[in-house]
Amino acid sequence: MNTGSRARGGGLARHRAGTRVSALARDTWTVFSRAMRLSLRNPAWVAIGLMQPVLYIVLFGPLLEPLAGRLGSGNAYQLFVPGILVQLGLFGALFVGFALIAEWRAGVVESQRVTPASRTALLLGRVLRDVLVLLVQGTLLILVSLLFGLRAPVAGVVLTLLLVAMLGAALSAVSYALALTLKSEDAFAPLLNAVVFPVLLLSGILLPMSLAPGWLQGVSDVNPFKHIVEGARAFFDGEYTSAAAWWGVGLTVVLVVLGWVFGVRRFRRENG
Amino acid sequence: MIHARGLARTFRKRKQEVQAVTGVDLDVDAGEIVGFLGPNGAGKTTTLRMLTTLLTPSAGTATVAGCDLIADPVGVRRRIGYVSQSGSTAPEARAGEEVVDHARLYGVRTADAVVRGRQLFSDLDLDGLWERQPKDMSGGQRRRLDIAMGLVHDPGLVFLDEPTTGLDPQARANLWGHIRSLREDRGTTVFLTTHYLDEADALCDRILVIDRGAIVAEGTPDQLKSKVGGDVLTVTVADPARAGDAARLVGDLPGAEPAQVDGARVIGRVPAGGPALVDLVRGLDAAGIGIAGVESRRPSLDDVFLGLTGRSLREEGTSPDDAPTPEVVPS
Ligand SMILES: Nc1ncnc2c1ncn2[C@@H]1O[C@H](COP(=O)(O)OP(=O)(O)O)[C@@H](O)[C@H]1O
Ligand SMILES: [Mg+2]
Repeated sequence: MNTGSRARGGGLARHRAGTRVSALARDTWTVFSRAMRLSLRNPAWVAIGLMQPVLYIVLFGPLLEPLAGRLGSGNAYQLFVPGILVQLGLFGALFVGFALIAEWRAGVVESQRVTPASRTALLLGRVLRDVLVLLVQGTLLILVSLLFGLRAPVAGVVLTLLLVAMLGAALSAVSYALALTLKSEDAFAPLLNAVVFPVLLLSGILLPMSLAPGWLQGVSDVNPFKHIVEGARAFFDGEYTSAAAWWGVGLTVVLVVLGWVFGVRRFRRENG
Repeated sequence: MIHARGLARTFRKRKQEVQAVTGVDLDVDAGEIVGFLGPNGAGKTTTLRMLTTLLTPSAGTATVAGCDLIADPVGVRRRIGYVSQSGSTAPEARAGEEVVDHARLYGVRTADAVVRGRQLFSDLDLDGLWERQPKDMSGGQRRRLDIAMGLVHDPGLVFLDEPTTGLDPQARANLWGHIRSLREDRGTTVFLTTHYLDEADALCDRILVIDRGAIVAEGTPDQLKSKVGGDVLTVTVADPARAGDAARLVGDLPGAEPAQVDGARVIGRVPAGGPALVDLVRGLDAAGIGIAGVESRRPSLDDVFLGLTGRSLREEGTSPDDAPTPEVVPS
C-alpha cells in the first residue's frame, strides 16, 4: 500500500525522520523510564534493594575486622567493600532475567517486539535501569561503610563504582539474553546457580584468595571475577596504574564486549 | 492490504518436527473484516505471528500493508497493530502508562499518545481505568486494554488473535460492536482469528477456514453455507426404537444423503427443506412412527466445518457459554 491509498489519514505514527541514533535514544529512553517506573512502584523491591548492601556491611563487615591485620590491610573495610561491590554487580545483574521471563509471559516482550522500536533499545533501556539501580545501591553501600570506618581515596571509590556499573551492564545483557532464550524460570534458575556459586567462591570476594592453598589459587586464577575484585581493591588502595588495576579494567571491558554481542544478537534475532 | 503466498512454518523441538502452518495463500483488501476460523492448534496464531513479523516463515512470501514481510519488517511494524492472544501489559503497570509507552515505541509524541489513549479508553468502555493496574482489572477489561494497546498508534491494519476468548456473551457482543466501528469510523482493515462459529458469522465479511495448518475453504459466511448445499432436516421421533426406520425414510427423500441417528434424533441433508418436510411427515405418518418434532434449517458454519473436515468445531466444548479460560502461554 502506498501512503496515499491508506483508508484514512496518515495515522499517528510519525515517520521516523530522525537518524537511527536519535530513534535508538528515544526508544531506549521509553524502555528505560518504563522499567524504572515499574521498579520504583514496588515498595518491597525498593526496600530490599536498599537493605541488601546495608546488611552486608552491618552483618558481615564486623567479622572481618579482627582479620584485617593478618590480611595485610590496616582497614578491614578497605579490603571488604570492593569485593562486596563486585558481588553486588554480579548478583544484581545476573538475576534480572527473571523479571524478563515474567514480562515475556505477560505478553509484554511480544507487544514491544511488534512495534518498530529498535531491538537494541529494548535491551539497552532495561540494562540502563539495572545499572542505575546498581549505582544507587553501591553508593549507599559506600556511605554506610564510611560510617563503619571505611577509609579510601575518593577517586578510587568512583572508579570502582564505574567498574561495577560496566560489569553490571555486561551481566545484565547476558541475563536478559539467556532469559529470552530459555523462557522458563525452571531452566534459568539452575543455570544461574551452577555459574554463580563457583564464580563467587573462586573470586576472593569474601576473603582474599591469598589465604588459599596453592592449588585453589591456581584454579581461581582463571576466574575473571577474581581479577576484577583485585582491580577494585587496587583502586581502593589508590594504586590506579598497578597491574591489578589494569587487569581488572581490561577483563571488565572484555566482558562488556562479549556480553553485549551476545545480548544484542539475541534481541535482534527474529522469533523472539 | 495483505497478500500471502505459500506461507509455512515448521517448528523443530528435539528432533520432532511440527508443521504448524503448511502453506497459506491469502488476500485481504483494505477495509475488510476477515476472519480466520479454525479449532485450537489449527495454526491461526502461528500465521498471525508470521504476518506481524514476530516469526520468520520457513517458506513463502507476503506483503503486509504494502511492505514486504522479509525485506522490510520495520515498515510492516510501523503500519500494523497487533493484539496477541495472550495479553500485552505488565500486571503491576498502570493501564494508561502502558498504552502511552506503547504508542511512544511507534514514535507517537507523548501528548498525542495521551489524547489518543484517553479517547480509546472512552471508546472501549474503559473510562476511569487509566490509573488501574491490569492485575486489578476483570478479564474483559484487560482484553479491551490489549485492544487499546494495539490501536493506540492508529494503524490502518490490525490483527486480533482471538479477541473475545474467555469473555462472557455480553462482553463479546460489545466487543464485536467496537470491532465493527473500527472499520465504520476509521476505515481500519481487521484480520482476526477465532474458533467461535457465531463470532465469525456475525462479524466477518469473509472467512478463511483453517484446519491442520492449511486453508480448507474461503468465502462470505453465506457462500460457505451454500457450499454445504441444501438444508438440514432434523426429526425427533417419539419412540427412539423407531429412529432407524425414520432415518431410512429421511434417506429415501429425493436427493437426500444417508441420514445420521443420534438417540431419538435423526439428522439428514436434502436439497430443499420445505417440500421434503411435507413428504417426510406424510411418510412417517403412513409408517406409524410418532413424531416429537421436525425442523428444517439452513446449514450453519459448523455444518460447513463438519463437511470440510469430518469434525465438528463444537465437539471441543468451545461454545462461548462454557467461558473457556484463555490459553496461558503462547510460544
Ligand atoms: N513455538 C512453538 N514451538 C513448537 N510448536 C508450536 C509453537 N507454536 C505453535 N506450535 C504448534 O503449532 C500448531 C499450531 O499452533 P497455533 O498456531 O498456536 O494454533 P491456533 O492459534 O490455531 O490454536 C500447534 O500444534 C502448536 O502446538
Ligand atoms: Mg491461537
